[in-house]
Amino acid sequence: MTEVLALLILLTVIAAIITVLTTNLLYAVISVGAVGFLLAIAYLFLAAPDVAIVQIGVEVVSLVILIRATLGREVQQLKTVHAVVGVSFAVAFVAVIGLFGIQVFNQFPEFGIPVMERFADSPALVFLQTGLATTGAPNMVTAVLLDFRAWDTLGEATVLFCAALGAVAVLRRNARINPHKSEDESS
Amino acid sequence: MSGSRKLRDRGTGMGMTVKTVTRWLKGPILLFGIYLVLYGHVTPGGGFGGGVVIASAFILITLTSGELAGLSIFSKGAASRLDSVGLLIFLILGWLGTWWASGYFFENFISTSETAYHSVLSGGTMPIGNLALGLKVASALFLVFTVLSAFQIAGRAIDGLTDPEEQQREDKS
Amino acid sequence: MIYSLCLLLILVGLYGVVVSRETLKIVISILIMNHGVHLLLLLIGYREAGNPPIVDPGASIASFANGAVDPLPQAMVLTSIVIGLGVLALMVALCVRLYERYGTFDITEIRRLRG
Repeated sequence: MTEVLALLILLTVIAAIITVLTTNLLYAVISVGAVGFLLAIAYLFLAAPDVAIVQIGVEVVSLVILIRATLGREVQQLKTVHAVVGVSFAVAFVAVIGLFGIQVFNQFPEFGIPVMERFADSPALVFLQTGLATTGAPNMVTAVLLDFRAWDTLGEATVLFCAALGAVAVLRRNARINPHKSEDESS
Repeated sequence: MSGSRKLRDRGTGMGMTVKTVTRWLKGPILLFGIYLVLYGHVTPGGGFGGGVVIASAFILITLTSGELAGLSIFSKGAASRLDSVGLLIFLILGWLGTWWASGYFFENFISTSETAYHSVLSGGTMPIGNLALGLKVASALFLVFTVLSAFQIAGRAIDGLTDPEEQQREDKS
Repeated sequence: MIYSLCLLLILVGLYGVVVSRETLKIVISILIMNHGVHLLLLLIGYREAGNPPIVDPGASIASFANGAVDPLPQAMVLTSIVIGLGVLALMVALCVRLYERYGTFDITEIRRLRG
């Protein structure tokens, strides 16, 4: 099981590397879609069907949005930094962050033993034991989402509302007119 | 009248085959989204997943039949209003816990009997919260997609591809 | 070993953010970092050969609590994925607005044009 999971994540990393290194914007969008769908399968192996469903739906919608933004633009060829100095600086920066990351990741518990097992009355264990009796819902993820941690969900809904509001405000029709264009589009 | 026909001719979308397949598929996709929202507390799913699936059904209609067909089903004004209504229902649901049940914010004030487990009407306030979240997520995502796709292709605003409601308002004035 | 692969996914996204010059490519790289963080949170909550945190009809609660994976990170990741979609739409809207104003996605060109 763990080997299959590792293989899936390895494929995901390869798709991500292709995304970053390709010079065509449409290729990058399609391979980031591959990253998302491979991760949805990995979530199924991680016993998280709720997250997998949401991941597939969100991936479809975000791919549609990204392809809509990409298609029809004049510039498709990307200009990444090719100078030796720039690339070596970027690699050094990422390597420093990676060294710090390895230090942090070494502190994690062993894979396969959840954090809630280390404490006798950790919140997640209490949710699992008393969730059905106190809320009446068999799906513990929804019970956490809408009962135990509903404050969090309210904040999430507010963030989504603000993001939609921001997108509509940025793309509104009667925006400030580009001074380089003629005035007849301002109506 | 002639103006509206001219509008309909623009943005006609994709070919015949794609439109026919979409006509068959849009019902099952919408039904699956509603199922995910309603049974979110019993099976995998919930307001977020169901809302995204419902939004993707409307996005499919918009992509295949053109912007105007999508907007005639679910206009921009209706989407923004439903977005606010969903958030408001969720907020009122949390507030009812403090006011009606005199408990704490987001208290689950509808108790479930043990015989009702694994049925739709279990989970107390959870189905209502799922419905509110599904409404909110679906309308917010469809609103964002509509605004993005109606904005332009190739850097220029497509004239005429506007909300039918707005168009009517402009015609009247 | 799986944790290190997950760290690699985050670092690949970070490299893309540093190296790219097109705004949409930077948005895509941020998306990859987002995916990596979600995967990390789910990996922490996984139990070896664990079941999904959904009670079957007739199952006993004690055996369920000993065999299910952690539901708390799953709920947090669920909200985070949808927030990520909203933020992605906002970022793409900003990129499209910039493209309409300057006719390019290249940030160095945008800086040179100015005004």
